[in-house]
Amino acid sequence: MSDALARPARASRPRGVSHAKESFAAYVFLLPALCFFSVFVVYPMLRGMYLSFFKLAGRRMTFVGLKNYVDLANDPVFWRSLGNTLLLVVGNVPIVIVFSLFVAATIFRKRPFTRSLLRGVFYLPAVSSVVSITVVWSWIYHPRYGVLNYLISRAGAEPVAWLGDPRFALAAVLVVMTTLSVGQPIILYVASLGNSPESYVEAAEIDGASPWQRFRHIVWPLLMPTTLYIVIITTINSFQVFAIIQLLTSGGPAYATTTLMYQIYERAFQIGDFGQSSALGVILAVIIVAISVVQYRYFKSDVEY
Amino acid sequence: MRTNERLGPGKVAANVLLLLAALFYLFPFYWIVSGSFKIQNVAIQIPPEWFPKEPTLRNYADLAKSPVLRWTLNSFLVSLGTTALVCGTASMAGYALAKKNFPGRKLIFWAFIAAMSLPKQVVMIPLFTMLAKWRWIDTYWALIFPAVGWPFGVFLMRQFSQTIPTELLEAARIDGCGEARMFTRIALPIMQPGIGALAIFTFISSWNDYFMQLILVRSTKMQTLPLGIAALQQEFLTNYGMLMAGAAIASVPMIIVFACFQKYFAQGITLGAVKG
Repeated sequence: MSDALARPARASRPRGVSHAKESFAAYVFLLPALCFFSVFVVYPMLRGMYLSFFKLAGRRMTFVGLKNYVDLANDPVFWRSLGNTLLLVVGNVPIVIVFSLFVAATIFRKRPFTRSLLRGVFYLPAVSSVVSITVVWSWIYHPRYGVLNYLISRAGAEPVAWLGDPRFALAAVLVVMTTLSVGQPIILYVASLGNSPESYVEAAEIDGASPWQRFRHIVWPLLMPTTLYIVIITTINSFQVFAIIQLLTSGGPAYATTTLMYQIYERAFQIGDFGQSSALGVILAVIIVAISVVQYRYFKSDVEY
Repeated sequence: MRTNERLGPGKVAANVLLLLAALFYLFPFYWIVSGSFKIQNVAIQIPPEWFPKEPTLRNYADLAKSPVLRWTLNSFLVSLGTTALVCGTASMAGYALAKKNFPGRKLIFWAFIAAMSLPKQVVMIPLFTMLAKWRWIDTYWALIFPAVGWPFGVFLMRQFSQTIPTELLEAARIDGCGEARMFTRIALPIMQPGIGALAIFTFISSWNDYFMQLILVRSTKMQTLPLGIAALQQEFLTNYGMLMAGAAIASVPMIIVFACFQKYFAQGITLGAVKG
C-alpha cells in the first residue's frame, strides 16, 4: 500500500528523458549513503564471516576451516559466557516489559508536563552517559565505601561483595542493565496507550469488567505489536551489553559475569586471537537473528487471533 | 464514581510505587553530582554524608589537570560529525527511496533493511582490522565514518519522507523545479521533524558508542569523554569525588540535549517502531 502511495503520479508527463533524469537524480541522492553503507557495513560483515575461518597471527593468515568454531565448542569459558548472556537476556526482558508497562500505564493519564518529566526521569540513565552511570554504580556497590552495604548493614545484614562474589555479581550487573533499558520501552508504551481506542476500555468498564480483566483482555492484546517490538529490541540490546560488564567486573570474578560480547573483546584485544573473536561475532549474530525470528513468529501468531 | 476510583487504594499504591521507582532512578545522578563536591576522605566515609556539608570544587580543579577539555572536545567533534553526516546522507537516501522511481529501488531498500536486522557484532572485528590497515586508528574518521554507514537513519528518513505529498513534488516539477531544488525547498522542510529526531538519536548513541571508541583509540589525546572517565576509574580506583566530577561532566551535556529535544526524541522512537 505504501508503495502505491509513494509512486509518483506520472500520467501527466511523457516518459523518456524525464524518467531517466529522475533515476539519475535518485542514484545521486543515494550515492553517499550507499558508499558509507558498503564500505563500513557490508564489506566488514562479509569479511567477518570470512575471517572466522582463519587463524590470524600478526600479519599472517592461515586458513583453518572450522577450527575456530570447534575450539569454541570445546571451551568451557565460551559456554559460561553463553550461559551468562542468556541469563542476562532472560532476566532483563521480562523486568523491562513489566516495569515499563507499569510506569507507562501510571503516567499516561497524567498532565503532559508531569508525563514528560517522569518519562524523562526513566530515560535519563540511557541517554546521559552509560559510562557515568556505570562508574557511580561501581561506587554504590563497593564493599567498603558503597551506600548499598551501608544500608543493608543498617538493616542488620552482613556486608556483601556485590561485584566480587560469584553468587551476586551477575545479578548486580543485571540491576544496572535494567535501569539502562527501560527508557525507550516506556516512551513506546505511552505512545501506544495513547493510540488505543478508549471506547473499548469504557465499554468493558460499563459491562462491569474488573481492572485486571480490562487489562488482560483489552489493553494487553491492543499493546501486543508494541510489546513484540520491545521484546525484540530489548533482547538484541541485552545481548550486546558491554560497557557495564567491562567497567563493573571485567567479566569476573572467575568468569561469573563474562558474556559473549565481552569474550569478543577479550579474545581479540587482550589475547590477540582475531580469528576466534570473529567466529564469536558470527555466533552471536546468528543467535540474535534466530531469536528475533522466533520471537517475531511467536508474537505474530498471538496478535492475529 | 470516577473520582472515587482515581483515589482508590490501587491508584495510590501505584503512584507511591512510581515515586519510589523515580527516586531509585534519580539517585545515581544525585550521587554523581553530590559526590563530585566531596573530597576523597568525605566521599568514602561511612556512614555516608547524604548531603555534602562542605562542598568543594577541588575535584573539578584536579580534573582540569587531566586532558578533560580535550576529551570533551573529541566527544563533541565525533558526535556532531557523525550526526551531521548521518542526517545528510540519510535524508537524501530516504527521500530517494520513498519518492523516486528507479530501477533497483526495492533491492537497495531490502539491502538496508536486511543489514539493519543483523547485529553489529559481525562487523566490529573486521572493521577494526580494516581501519588498522588504513592507519586510521586514533583518527576522528575512524570514530565517525563507520557509524554513518549504519542504515537505521536511512530507514527512519524513508518513513518520514513517505508523508511528503507526491502532488506537491509533481506540481513543482511542472513549474520547472529541478531535482536538487525540489529536495531542498519542498522535501527537507517537511522532513524536518524527522531529521530532528534522527539528529538527537544519533548524537546520543554516538556519544555512548563506548565499544567502538575503546577499540579504535589508543592515545590519551584522542580519547573521548567516556573513555577518559573509564581510564580515570582505573587510575584513581577509589577517588570517588574526582570520578564523580568526571561522570558529571560526561552526562550533563547529554541531559541538557535530551531535556531540550525530548519531544523530537519520543517522536522518532515511536515512528521508527510503529512502521518497523
